[in-house]
Formats: sequence, C-alpha cells, structure tokens
Amino acid sequence: MFRGALWLLAGRGCVGRGLSTRSGGSTPDWTEKVSEIKKKIQSALPGGSWDPLYDTSHLPPEHSDVVIVGGGVLGLSVAYWLKRLEKPRGAIKVLVVDRDHTYSQASTGLSVGGIRQQFSLPENIQLSLFSVDFLRNINVRAVKFPLVELGLHCSLYTLILTNIHTGTRVSLRQEGAKVCLMSPEQLQNKFPWINTDGVALASYGLEGEGWFDPWCLLQGLRRKVQSLGVLFCQGEVTRFSTSSSRMQTSSGNEVTMKRIHEVHVKMDHSLEYQPVECALVINAAGAWSGQVAELAGIGKGPPGTLEGTRLPVEPRKRYVYFWHCPEGPGLETPFMADTSGAYFRREGLGHNYVGGCSPTEEEEPDPGNLEVDHDFFQDKVWPHLAHRVPAFQSLKVRSAWAGYYDYNTFDQNGVVGPHPLVVNMYFATGFSGHGLQQAPAVGRAVAEMVLKGQFQTIDLSSLLFSRFYLGEKVEERNII
Amino acid sequence: MGNQESLHLVAPIWNLGTSGIRGLSSAVTPEGSQRKGRMLLQFLTDRFYDVEAVRQYLFQKQVSKVHKENRSSTGIKKQYGPYIAGAYFVLKQGGAIKFQGKEWIRSTEHGYSPRQLLSFQAVPIEAVDASDCAINYEGLDNLLALKELQSLLLQRCPHVDDWCLSRLHQLANSLQELSLAGCPRISERGLACLHHLQNLRRLDISDLPAVSNPGLTQILVEEMLPRCEVLGAEWAQGLKLGPEQQSGDTASPIPA
Repeated sequence: MFRGALWLLAGRGCVGRGLSTRSGGSTPDWTEKVSEIKKKIQSALPGGSWDPLYDTSHLPPEHSDVVIVGGGVLGLSVAYWLKRLEKPRGAIKVLVVDRDHTYSQASTGLSVGGIRQQFSLPENIQLSLFSVDFLRNINVRAVKFPLVELGLHCSLYTLILTNIHTGTRVSLRQEGAKVCLMSPEQLQNKFPWINTDGVALASYGLEGEGWFDPWCLLQGLRRKVQSLGVLFCQGEVTRFSTSSSRMQTSSGNEVTMKRIHEVHVKMDHSLEYQPVECALVINAAGAWSGQVAELAGIGKGPPGTLEGTRLPVEPRKRYVYFWHCPEGPGLETPFMADTSGAYFRREGLGHNYVGGCSPTEEEEPDPGNLEVDHDFFQDKVWPHLAHRVPAFQSLKVRSAWAGYYDYNTFDQNGVVGPHPLVVNMYFATGFSGHGLQQAPAVGRAVAEMVLKGQFQTIDLSSLLFSRFYLGEKVEERNII
Repeated sequence: MGNQESLHLVAPIWNLGTSGIRGLSSAVTPEGSQRKGRMLLQFLTDRFYDVEAVRQYLFQKQVSKVHKENRSSTGIKKQYGPYIAGAYFVLKQGGAIKFQGKEWIRSTEHGYSPRQLLSFQAVPIEAVDASDCAINYEGLDNLLALKELQSLLLQRCPHVDDWCLSRLHQLANSLQELSLAGCPRISERGLACLHHLQNLRRLDISDLPAVSNPGLTQILVEEMLPRCEVLGAEWAQGLKLGPEQQSGDTASPIPA
C-alpha cells in the first residue's frame, strides 16, 4: 500500500512537471519572486529596519539624549567633546541634524580658514590657544583621525593697526600668545614688498597663527564623531514641542520656564517628519540660529523682558576672492589684515592669493542668496590691496565665492551656554567670523556645561545669553 | 630609536648632503610585501573591534613613549643651567653635541660621563646633531634655550613636523646651519616658517617626502632666504618632458 501511494505521488509530480515544461515555463517570474521574498526576509530579521507598514531607515531615531541642530564645525565639535567627556563610555545618545549634507551653504566650508590669537578679549585669546593646541595634536588623538592634513601655516598672521592697542598686547602676553609688535621700519625690513604708508604699528603672530583647510577639519571631525557612535540625520528642524511651567523668582516675579520635549525633524523634499524625543537641544545652526531659536519661543514676549529678548544672530553675506599675481609676495606671505579691513593670504605655491574685506554697515549685501558681487572687489577691496602691496596692482581675479557669517548684531562675539528660560536649549553660535578657529574650544566648553554644569577649562560666563537682556556688551575690537 | 651607525659620522660635510640620504626613501614607502601586510591589517581593523582596540592601545603606547622621552628636565635646568640641560637631553636621546671650543660629544655604547659634562657648565653649546632622535614639539624646549646655537641637524627625525619648525624663530639670532633632510613629516608649510632665520647660511631640505613639489619649493625657499645656500632638490625634479621631446631624447638622461 505504501509503495502504491509513493508511485501515485511520483506519477503526479512527473505529470505536473511535464505539463509546465510543455506550456512554456514561468521561470523568469519565479526568480524575481524569490529575490523579493529574500529581501523581505532580510529586512524582517534582527538588524534590518523593518516596520510592518513602511520603511523608516531614512528617518532619525525616535529618542535621543542630545539633539544638535546644525552639523557644521561647531556642532560636530560639541558632539566630539560630548562623546570624549561622557562617563561611562557610550552613555549618551547624540543625534546631529543638518539640513544639507553637502554643506553647500554652510559657513565652515566656505571659510578662508585663518586662525589667530590676536583678540582684545581674554576669553577669545584662550579659546584660540586651546584650538591651536587641539589642531596640533589632532593626528595623535586617535588612529581614526589620520587623514586630517590640516596644512596649518604657523606664525604668519599680521594685523596692521593704526591705533596702538597696548592694552591688547599686555593681555596677549598674559595669556601666553606669542605676538611681537613691529614698527614701520622693522616691517619694511622684514617684508620689503609692503608699502608701510599709514601704518603706525604692526602686530605679528610668531607661533600658533596661520591658516588651515576647514573642509579637512570638518570631514575629519565628521568621521571621528561617526566612529564614536554619533548618529547623523539630514533634515530640517521645523518645530519644538515644549511645555511651560510658571515659577516665581526669589524676588517674587513670575517667570515662565519652558522645556523642550520633542524636536520635529522634517525630511527633505517631503512632508514626512519624525518627532525626536530628547533631553537637550544644542543650537549650533550658524547663520540660521536666530530662526531655530524663534521656533523654541525665544524672543516671543513683551519687549524689554527676558522672554522678549531674542537671539540676535543673523546671516551676513561675505565675499571671498581668489586671484593670481605673478609678481606677488612669495612663501613668507603671512595672513595679512590691513588697516582698512581688507585681508588676504597666500594659497598654494603658485602665487595665488585668497582674500576679501568686510563691508561697512551701510554696504551690507542682501543675505538672501550667495551670489557674488564682483564690483565690490573692484571698488572696495582692490584699491586697499594695491595701496598696501604695490605688486597687487596687476592681479587677475580667478574666481570668487560668498559665505555667511553667523553675525551677532549685539556685540559680534559668540553665545555659549544655556538659555535662562528655555532650560534645555544650549547655544554654540554667533561667533561672527571667528567661529571656525574657536570651534574645538567652544565645543569643549559646551560639553562641560552639559555634563558637569559649569565651565571648567575656559571660563566663558561672560558669553552667556543673559548678557543680551542685561545689556552688557562684550565687545571685541579686532574683528575682520 | 637611534640608528647607531650614523652617529659615528664626523661633523657633516656639506657636499655629501644630497646623496647621503637617498636610502631613506625606501624606509618611507613600504615595499610590496610590507604594503600587503598593512592592507590586511587595515582590513581587519575595519571589521573587528578587538583588532581596532589592540591597534589603538599600541599606538597610544608609542605616543606616550615618545612623550616620556621628551619630558623637560626642569630640575637639571635649574641646578646646572640651560646648556647642561640641553646637552643631557640630546645625549639621552642618542644625539651628539659640541660645546664651544671643544670636540663633539656623542652618546656611545659606553655612555657618556656626566662628570665630564658638569665641567662645561658655563660653556655655550654651538652645535647639536639630533639626527634620528625621537625629538618632538615639547622636547624642542630644551634646544630653544641654547641661545648661541649655530648648527642644528635634525636629519631623519620621525617626529619633527611643521609645528616644530615654527618654534625655531627663537634661535633666529644665532642659527647659521640647519639640516632637515629626510624628515618624513615636514612639508612646504613648515618651510615657510623658516623665513625668521635671517642669519641662516646653509639649509638642507633634501629628500622630504611630504613636500608636494620639491623643485618649486626649492626655488621659493631660495627666494625667501636670499643669503642662504639651500641644498635640496634640483629645480628640474618633478618636471616631465613634453611629448615631442620625450621620443627624441632617450639617449641623454635628465639630471635627477
């Protein structure tokens, strides 16, 4: 009986097979179906991004301890130091959200990349000194930083001043920056190609000043930070879900404290968004930090109160020009900033130079787009350059680009630390053109504030947000 | 870390400068089998956490070893003065020093006699040969205190980089001779910092693997230091023949 059944089955199988081969076969459809089934099984296995309804692999995670809005050099620096200083390792989940992963409009990549310690504010000097040390040791910190070939030219930053800032020199020496002051005769001896007409004093950075490639630093930081376990997401922050509570200060005034609970991250070219539940938000959005702060309700209140004080950071467009001058100064050319505000530096070995000038308040270009105004070079930059370096009378502009400064309209210095009312939003922005050179130090300061509650390495309490409400300007005299 | 044979050189003769260091280039770019080994190691590091951790640990150990060797001996400096401290540092690393008016003192297998050094407490050092030593940015502190230093040889030092060169401006008054031949980490950016050394008369920048355009760099450095004799690459190095010259000119080789 058994054998009979077997025969029957075999016979039917043969018949079935025979029928299908006779009809012409459905083998191509079959392989497609098999591959589809394989894909479905793979996504359902642990480790795959399987959602019963749809694929969510492009969305950010639903929970994150820290959300950093802005993936430029400041945001990445904060992420790096958070991961470096956290105890125990892997304790904090960090998410970096950036609108554009190509960094096409980010100030970091478009920056000229100079670094100097010649500031008038002691905090700025300390920040730059720390950052220079960080850059010097960058390849030694870990095996994964090896490709950061920063190309820093040390000791070559001259600032030409008409007013003698002797106070500045004293504070520079106190902080340990190595700067020497030169008279016009000494300047002429050292750099014969300069026209010292109208120069009263020149201050020359001997060590730890120069320029580097900001894109290299950005990519190096990005890779290092990814290897430390920070998540990245390309999306735009459109909303903060907050909750408020009324509190009373010790003097009996009522204040409304806010807490951010969720960050809504919207995907590119779509209406899809993901609410990310978070404990802290770090605003490192550069030129757009003001808009991000407004989303959190900073500045929405009666003017003159703490609720009504907005973050005074706005984008300002700056042009950078790249030119070639065959008779120009050679290998010893420093990063030179002229009395008129024009600056330039050498680029490469082929007598190419990069430079520009900050416009005055009345001439501020419209920050709506990044179009370059070439007439600005002709009218405002070239005359000053040609006056200072006569060889630049015959130069040829090869290309130009524009970038944004995250300009702090209040006092042109950065904002660091928490907001007094929105208790879990921290700022790391508003550096108005010297953010790149201070980024490593600022990142460490914000990470210390987040993890330990106070500044430990460098005391930046004068750069907190509260100074906007109290009206205490922390001015920097040497702004380029 | 010192190569013991090279220490028995007599004070360097300058016309041998360019040819002597040629053998270093093989040490910088690994040969075939070594390169395959490194690729395999990198492959494993990218895929296994344990391999990565071991590599990182060994790297950190190496870094801290160099750091320890470059610690500044402030006690010695306070007691005996900067010259003895500098001499002690260089001899500990495996280099050689020359006091003014005396012969070269080098650290041999028998070690040097500290009592011999102490008699030179007030005598300035005029030449330092730190070739093949593991001297780095921090260790350079000891050398920068030697204000009468006239000749500094940093040939084939593996940890001397552009940042170290930026510190040399402190020796600008006295330094007349500087050799950086064969240092793997020096690039043209560091060489740009040398323009402070206005008293420099001889500079050797041959065989620097990190310099992108040796011929062009040589020209620019010569322009930057007009009173200095710069030994290094030939200006034609790195230039290629044009296509019309290439076919006809096989008989006469280009000077390299």
